Amino acid sequence: MMNSPVITMKSPMYNNDKHPTTGQYWRTVKTIIWKDLSIEMRKKTLISALFIFSVMVTLVFTFALDLDKSTKDNVSVGVLWVTFVFSSTLGLNQTFANEKKHGSLEGMLLAPIDHTAIFVGKFISTYIFVIIIEIIIIPMFYFFYGISLFSPLFLLIVLLGSFGYTLVGTLLTSIAIRTQVREIMLPILLFPVSMPIIIASVQCSNAILSGANWGQFSNAFNLVIVYDIIFIGVAIMTFEYLIQE
Amino acid sequence: MINVKSVSKSFGMKEVLRDINLDIEPGEFTAIVGPNGSGKSTLLRIISTLLRPNSGQVTVAGLDLSTRAHTVRQLLGVVSHHTLLYDNLTAYENLLFYAHLYNMTDYAKRINMVLDKVNLSDSKDTLVHTYSHGMQQRLSIARAILHNPRVILFDEPHTGLDQTNSIRLDEILQSTSAAGNTVMLITHDIKHALTLCDKIVVLHKGKIVYQVRTTQISYDEFASNYHEITNV
Repeated sequence: MMNSPVITMKSPMYNNDKHPTTGQYWRTVKTIIWKDLSIEMRKKTLISALFIFSVMVTLVFTFALDLDKSTKDNVSVGVLWVTFVFSSTLGLNQTFANEKKHGSLEGMLLAPIDHTAIFVGKFISTYIFVIIIEIIIIPMFYFFYGISLFSPLFLLIVLLGSFGYTLVGTLLTSIAIRTQVREIMLPILLFPVSMPIIIASVQCSNAILSGANWGQFSNAFNLVIVYDIIFIGVAIMTFEYLIQE
Repeated sequence: MINVKSVSKSFGMKEVLRDINLDIEPGEFTAIVGPNGSGKSTLLRIISTLLRPNSGQVTVAGLDLSTRAHTVRQLLGVVSHHTLLYDNLTAYENLLFYAHLYNMTDYAKRINMVLDKVNLSDSKDTLVHTYSHGMQQRLSIARAILHNPRVILFDEPHTGLDQTNSIRLDEILQSTSAAGNTVMLITHDIKHALTLCDKIVVLHKGKIVYQVRTTQISYDEFASNYHEITNV
């Protein structure tokens, strides 16, 4: 049986008694991912908006900075992460937009499911969109900045860093969705909270691409992993309370 | 079937429901009427498990919502102000999504059955955003009855419907009730309420101020009482 987290706070809505089995829980997650991907495959608005936005950000930085080779090497990783962060934020804003439009989120809350499955489903589908964008951005950076980003360790830190950022972003979107100014509220909440993982990811990325040894970036790497683990717990424990009125 | 005992609900300083006591028998079709802001939708949201009251107790089919909400959700179907549907999925896909959430087996047969019931079988593979408001409302009802709930809650389902669709909706409401389901209808339209329901309850300023069986009162008499109580 799937156990709910032990929380003493009183939920603003009822959620108790019989919880679904692990099999049912993951079927619900899979259903939510299927629904999000089906909608996106049909609309293609999110992926195309993210693609155009990422290309524009990359081009703006490339031509605005007009850097020489050595400066380019120093700032390219920072620029890459800025592009990731901006694109992901744009994607996150859209994550719950479909749910908000006709109150569909309420439809899910009315179903006899563990509500954390909604969070897990929404997070995984958003993370899939973020990874697709990263797959587009990384070769583009190779083309414009001439630095090879195809190191396994670098790709791992990109995945781990964007995992944490998307995780916190999905959680905070569930708060922002209740406000009138969702688009503005999300970055205001998200940037300060995600600062540690962004800084640690940039430090790791720089160190890996400059050929530094493990000892020089292990602290930053560990911080990324710890941040991811902590926020998995935080998200599962608090989502139920954040999603309610 | 639905038992509301001393329920009160406030949002901040605003007291929306005050000491509500209400009994709805199994199979009964009850209308809750009242002016805007009287707390009708809040009451429905509490019964549908979306909101928790500040005090009091709600039971559905003998199950206390504070301890058995998960089980109660399986028994409830809700048609709210919003359709709770996805524009970019077809009618069939929308129902398929909800069938999975309700962990239904043999869902294909049931989906086709409810689509047939609301006369949408011919357009089941059409994207919902191309549907008219009336069609979306009917699909919303199909979504609510998909898992064969014993209790169905309707929150102003006639809003924005033209006369033809309104009549069609009435037929669906009546057949839903005739099938033995317990139905609670929130509405502004007292004429509709008197025609369709077994019992009518007037909510005013967060309190139940009047309730009567529809067989015991004429429209004119009820309208006169309603206007006197609510000053509307």
